[in-house]
Amino acid sequence: MTRTITDVICPFCGTLCDDVEVVVSDDGKKLLEVANACVIGTEKFLHSQSADRVTKPRLRQADGSWKEISYDEAADYTAKMLAKAKKPLMYGWSSTNCEAQSIGNEIAEVAKSCCDNTAAVCHGTTLIAVQDIGLPSCTLGEVKNRADRVIFWGCNPAHAHPRHMSRYSIFPRGFFTGKGQMSRKMVVVDPRCTDTAKMADVHLQIQQGRDYELLDALRVALRGEWLPDSVAGIPAEKIREVADIMKSGRFGIIFFGMGVTQSLSKNHNIDAAIALTKDLNEHTKYSIMPMRGHYNVTGSGEVFAWQFGFPYSVDLTRGFARYNPGDSSSVDLLTRGEVDAMFTIGSDPGAHFPISAVKGIAKVDSVCIDPHMTPTSGVSKLHVPVAFNGVECGGNCYRMDNVPIDCRKVVEPPVGMLTDQEFLTMVLDRLKKLKGVA
Amino acid sequence: MANSIKVNLISGRTIQQGVAIESGKEKTSYRTACGIIEMDNADLKKLGAWKNTNVKVTSEYGSVVVKAVEATQGPHPGVAFIPMGPWANSIINPNTYSTGMPTFKGTPVTVEIAINEPVLLGIELVQKNCGVIVG
Repeated sequence: MTRTITDVICPFCGTLCDDVEVVVSDDGKKLLEVANACVIGTEKFLHSQSADRVTKPRLRQADGSWKEISYDEAADYTAKMLAKAKKPLMYGWSSTNCEAQSIGNEIAEVAKSCCDNTAAVCHGTTLIAVQDIGLPSCTLGEVKNRADRVIFWGCNPAHAHPRHMSRYSIFPRGFFTGKGQMSRKMVVVDPRCTDTAKMADVHLQIQQGRDYELLDALRVALRGEWLPDSVAGIPAEKIREVADIMKSGRFGIIFFGMGVTQSLSKNHNIDAAIALTKDLNEHTKYSIMPMRGHYNVTGSGEVFAWQFGFPYSVDLTRGFARYNPGDSSSVDLLTRGEVDAMFTIGSDPGAHFPISAVKGIAKVDSVCIDPHMTPTSGVSKLHVPVAFNGVECGGNCYRMDNVPIDCRKVVEPPVGMLTDQEFLTMVLDRLKKLKGVA
Repeated sequence: MANSIKVNLISGRTIQQGVAIESGKEKTSYRTACGIIEMDNADLKKLGAWKNTNVKVTSEYGSVVVKAVEATQGPHPGVAFIPMGPWANSIINPNTYSTGMPTFKGTPVTVEIAINEPVLLGIELVQKNCGVIVG
């Protein structure tokens, strides 16, 4: 006999779909089938069941081989590493729950470490822009029920957030958007003709890295002022046409992604996008929302902000929280070789940091807490596999629109395997003893 | 036809990359999904490369061997795309210009045919670049 669990939360992307169904064996030990999730979410649930999964902590030996050790020994190693280090870096947090993040922040405080989340290589520049000029935003429910103008700028939800358009932004029939896709005009701005762009009413194939100019040109067009013949490769008449489409709606939303956060102008691109949203509010109602990647990167920013006052790139080495991206941010710290111990959890900087920063991880004592084998575990001294959060344990997570949703446990982890929260508690207890903290 | 061409490199998510990272980065499927460079047909012609030829991509910051494939989300002449992962991150511009964010999009690169050079697996590539001894 099998059992179907409904309303399961998918722990992959910031869309945090809450309508997934999974079929488990009667004893709750095997996950058999997944329904409603996208292909990436399905793979995440099913991979937890793979036979070649690492189930015990592994310590790298002098000859490069791995030696299996117990969780107690792994917690000892981690606590000693953090206690000894002058400037440890604790990075990741976006693929674990808020409860584990909070314990991690306590460890960071005791260890006087730098701590950062994956926003550093994702929407960190968005957070800088939000601190500059604020963010007029809304929830995805409002988008579903109200938005008749949807702009995807430098993002490709067809690939990165596969169910975003079907659950919230384009296809659903909402209260004021009863005809679904027919009720909405869709504009995509991207230098490639992406699978999202192919669905759009208008695709502006912008010259790569010229987002700031085009955003400002749209602001100019909204005011009816003079424009050059072409801006960022887009003819002036096309810019005016899109400005008219944008302001003629009743409720508009600008979703933006890595195309603007990772291009050269970075936070200034987002400044311009938010300023455009503000200008559009003189004509109609407009909101703007970052397309957050990891399923709980938003939660990590929230927990950092509650506990330290800043959403990422926090430096606690002086015993109080400092925040100065460029100085206290992970990629810069690692590239400059300022870090003498690396603690990674719920992310993979080995794959997603520039190689010059990854070399900084390989040089120092390092712990990687991750259910998968990754490039980060491949260059770390200790690899601690843990239960899959959102599959083998529950916990609180934040959707991309800052709505908190509790993830659910649907299947038992392999026997003896700890969760992030349990392992971090072991590390915290040991670290407090080593540091003489009550 | 030239021995090498210059293009503007961007990186980003693809759905194949998403599936591959969740099914195991130690597997060959990760290399299939991300150890590639998507190039416009016009650029492949300029380079004189057949589709699915291994190429060496070099920037000011490093070089990496990947498989050149036809753009799946084109046309985008002059722009090349490597899905996010260790292959792209071997050559992208790591400068953050005081924002904390490397410049993952918009790195000028040179592409040349490297038909006899292998595309490494993801973990293998990072370990080799970092000089990690593997037992």
